[in-house]
Amino acid sequence: MRIPGAAMYSSRYRLLQKRLHPITKEWGLTFYVLRHSKLAVVGAFIAFAFVFIALFGGLIAPYDPIGAKIEDRFQPPSASHPLGTDTMGRDVMSRMLAGAQHSIKAGLIVLAIAVPLGVLLGGIAGLFGGWVDEVIMRITDMFLAFPSLVLAMAFSAALGPSLFNAMIALSIVWWPMYARLVRGQALAVRETSYVEAARSRGASRWHIMFKHILPNCLSPILVTLTLDMGWVITAAASLSFLGFGAQPPIPEWGRMVSDGRIYMLRAWWMSVFPGLGIMLVVLGFNLLGDGIRDSLDPKLRRLTEVTWKRKKTSSSSTD
Amino acid sequence: MEAKEDLLVVDRLKTQFFTYGGVVEALDEVSFEIEKGEIFGLVGESGCGKSVTATSILGLVSKPGRVISGRILLDGEDLLRKSEREMNSIRGSRIAMIFQDPTSSLNPLFRIGYQVAEPYIHHQRRAKRKALSDATGILAKTGLPDADEKARNYPHELSGGMRQRAMIAMSLTCEPDLLIADEPTTNLDVTIGRQILDLVKDLQREFGASVLWITHDMAVVAQMCDRVGVMYAGSIVEKTDVRTLFRNAKHPYTERLLRAIPSAATSSDRLEEIPGSVPRLIHPPTGCRFHPRCDYAAPVCSETKPLEREVDPGHWVACHRFSGPKDGT
Amino acid sequence: MKLGNYILRRAAMLVPVLLGVLVLIFVIAYVIPADPARAWAGQRAREEQVQALEERYHLNDPIHVQVYTYLKNVILHFDLGVSPTTGRPVRDDLKAFFPATFELALCAFVLAIALGIPLGVVSALRRNRPADHFSRIVALTGVSTPLFWLALILQFVFYFKLGWLPAMGRSTIDITRYTGFVLVDSVLNWNWTAFGDAAIHMILPAATLAFYSMGYLVRITRGSMLEVLEAEYVVTAKAKGLPRRVVIYRHALKNAIIPPLTVLGVEFGWLLGGTVLLETIFAWPGMGRYAAGSIVMVDLPAVVGYTLIVALVMLLSNLVVDILYSVIDPRIRVGGKGR
Repeated sequence: MRIPGAAMYSSRYRLLQKRLHPITKEWGLTFYVLRHSKLAVVGAFIAFAFVFIALFGGLIAPYDPIGAKIEDRFQPPSASHPLGTDTMGRDVMSRMLAGAQHSIKAGLIVLAIAVPLGVLLGGIAGLFGGWVDEVIMRITDMFLAFPSLVLAMAFSAALGPSLFNAMIALSIVWWPMYARLVRGQALAVRETSYVEAARSRGASRWHIMFKHILPNCLSPILVTLTLDMGWVITAAASLSFLGFGAQPPIPEWGRMVSDGRIYMLRAWWMSVFPGLGIMLVVLGFNLLGDGIRDSLDPKLRRLTEVTWKRKKTSSSSTD
Repeated sequence: MEAKEDLLVVDRLKTQFFTYGGVVEALDEVSFEIEKGEIFGLVGESGCGKSVTATSILGLVSKPGRVISGRILLDGEDLLRKSEREMNSIRGSRIAMIFQDPTSSLNPLFRIGYQVAEPYIHHQRRAKRKALSDATGILAKTGLPDADEKARNYPHELSGGMRQRAMIAMSLTCEPDLLIADEPTTNLDVTIGRQILDLVKDLQREFGASVLWITHDMAVVAQMCDRVGVMYAGSIVEKTDVRTLFRNAKHPYTERLLRAIPSAATSSDRLEEIPGSVPRLIHPPTGCRFHPRCDYAAPVCSETKPLEREVDPGHWVACHRFSGPKDGT
Repeated sequence: MKLGNYILRRAAMLVPVLLGVLVLIFVIAYVIPADPARAWAGQRAREEQVQALEERYHLNDPIHVQVYTYLKNVILHFDLGVSPTTGRPVRDDLKAFFPATFELALCAFVLAIALGIPLGVVSALRRNRPADHFSRIVALTGVSTPLFWLALILQFVFYFKLGWLPAMGRSTIDITRYTGFVLVDSVLNWNWTAFGDAAIHMILPAATLAFYSMGYLVRITRGSMLEVLEAEYVVTAKAKGLPRRVVIYRHALKNAIIPPLTVLGVEFGWLLGGTVLLETIFAWPGMGRYAAGSIVMVDLPAVVGYTLIVALVMLLSNLVVDILYSVIDPRIRVGGKGR
């Protein structure tokens, strides 16, 4: 009796198809998983609170963040000055509220320049391969070969110290990481059967780039972006701390830590609170980034999918 | 022929996974027995619980999962009552396993020879050098060409078929009583797969081991097995010798499975497939788990789970159609 | 042997990257600034003085001539030029300051590895238990705390408040210098008081510097260990009946160590760069502080020389990591680039 292979491949095939399908197609599920992770919710709360303060901090600040009021100098934290006052009698809390915008601006501008640049170059490298890839990746290697902070300092010093120049400097050193990430993804996606299929249909390179490669890069980029937001904020603060970023009297948090440095013994709150603020914000973005990464993790998703689907169908049937 | 003796008895085994989504009832009272020296096949679609049965027997059900109840008797001793230490001395020496994908099942960072030799070192306390030369010997036995040289290679330097031979050698090191093979030919070319089947059969005869052969491929079942259990959604629905299975299958699911086999005899262009899909085992269908896809489903099927019944000597079926006093087929 | 070839090829690839780095730094440093000679001469300098400086440092030559001259000097004589602010050859300055920085970065590096990788492994093995929560909190704090702020806090607590540890400088006892590494030199002098003194000065800066890297390593190690523990070859090892310690510390750990290992090269470079922030705060007489000072003074030869050294060390540490990697993972050696 001869019985050639059985045909139970249909379910296997479907499973495979589902795994290859870009994860980002189901944002609803991602958000669902995210909402159910406590730490991610805490992170999101911190991040949103930070954005809110950045937008409206200047308005809700109880005191003038810039103007000196010498008679109030070096006041320890109290009911009227919850975080104390600095050398010129300015309220530390008001300065922090007003200064939040500089940190977030730094983060947004740096990533807004570095991410598209990195994505574009990495995408081109991965898509075209050959000598184009070789040239772009060697340039990337060179930028990655020296510490970003030192390079940013050199740029910043050359351009002249200001917050804006610090941001430009940071974006110049930040793109290579994204170029690497996107190139790696592009190489992986290029080999998959659906891209082969698209190519055999005669799809152009740019079509493949925008329809297949970029959507696939979206989730890793999102994770890196969120984690990097914290990083850029720290880096910008570090530049300011060293005197290469924000100049007085701008109440940038890193600068405030630096200003309070010599008064540590007399007025520890001048440095401690702005630094604590940076730490908290970075922590928030880290938690959020971890949460997003976990919610995009296929293993966790498969387990959650079941309940989510059921909830969705049951809620739509009751409507 | 002498009276057959059971090597392994699996009795109402229940394994569940406790996930975020809820409890996955992966195995629902699975029972079967394997006689000494026989090849017992476990067939079913992916996700029906074949592999979980294997890991349950080995005591290696992964984290959110747990064996809830039942007994697994190896030569009359209940494996579920063994301590972790006792189980460790049984795994790899009395029960060995061949995995589906030799590429990911071999550690990429260790030489083939060492990986094959490890059971010798840890179970039989042989000196490392002796263990390595013995490993080369058993590798040669599995038909690996240049076993001496291949033993010094890393897994990535071997072809898929060679890797599977190495896996088989590894499982045979301590001459196990029971060999569990979890779809060992799925990831191989057809011709290589056939060679592996022949190899396992030869070695099984030579070593006199019993084999639990897990597969979704009816052709492999026909070629390899003495007796077969058909699994659907965590339970065994039919259990019989391999001839009866192909000639006189009773359970509606088995019928469907057999009809899904393409053959030169059927002239239709389309393969028949089983309507519906494998149920998710969080909140499985009530009663008989196959009833939503069954052609013969009756009201009782969605209410109570059918018990296994011996319809002919040695032929067990779990279906309400055969649970009455006498029901025409 | 295959491994030897691999190392040679990797080392050869360093040369073009290093050349590229050099050109890149040079272009950045010399093209962008408006008027370095003015900065060197000072605001009140006369025009002739500024012009003399421009003449002396060839600032008016076309950029490609400048690059060419510089490259020629570096490659033929290892001459990095003369610093206009200190008046000494940059090479000598860097030689004097390099050991202090390297020693600090190395101590921090060892500390980060010695704490980070074991914590990550324990964290993965004790998943969702107190030990895991503890190390995850430590790791998260590590990657979230700004270095410069942590330095100030630790100085404040351990020096000003508790008085346990010194907050400034590298040592207080003079000894004969052989290598420039204080910890090594004090041993060579057989002077254990000096060694203790140097070690105690090392604690705060090294701990601060190591904190971020440690957190990062914990996170990477934990993630990779968790992934490896679920890998099929680990199941195979268990199915073979191997003792738990063999499964975990031989089969799993060897695989799990690869991802943290690959980032170590970059981490070391990062630590070296981090010294720019720390050396100023801890009054550490190293090249980080020298670089910070030079950047403020737009001391181009010094900045370019410093960046070059850091890039070189970073590339070398990446090379070492690549070699280690290929020793552990036999798959890397074949086919060169990997697919």
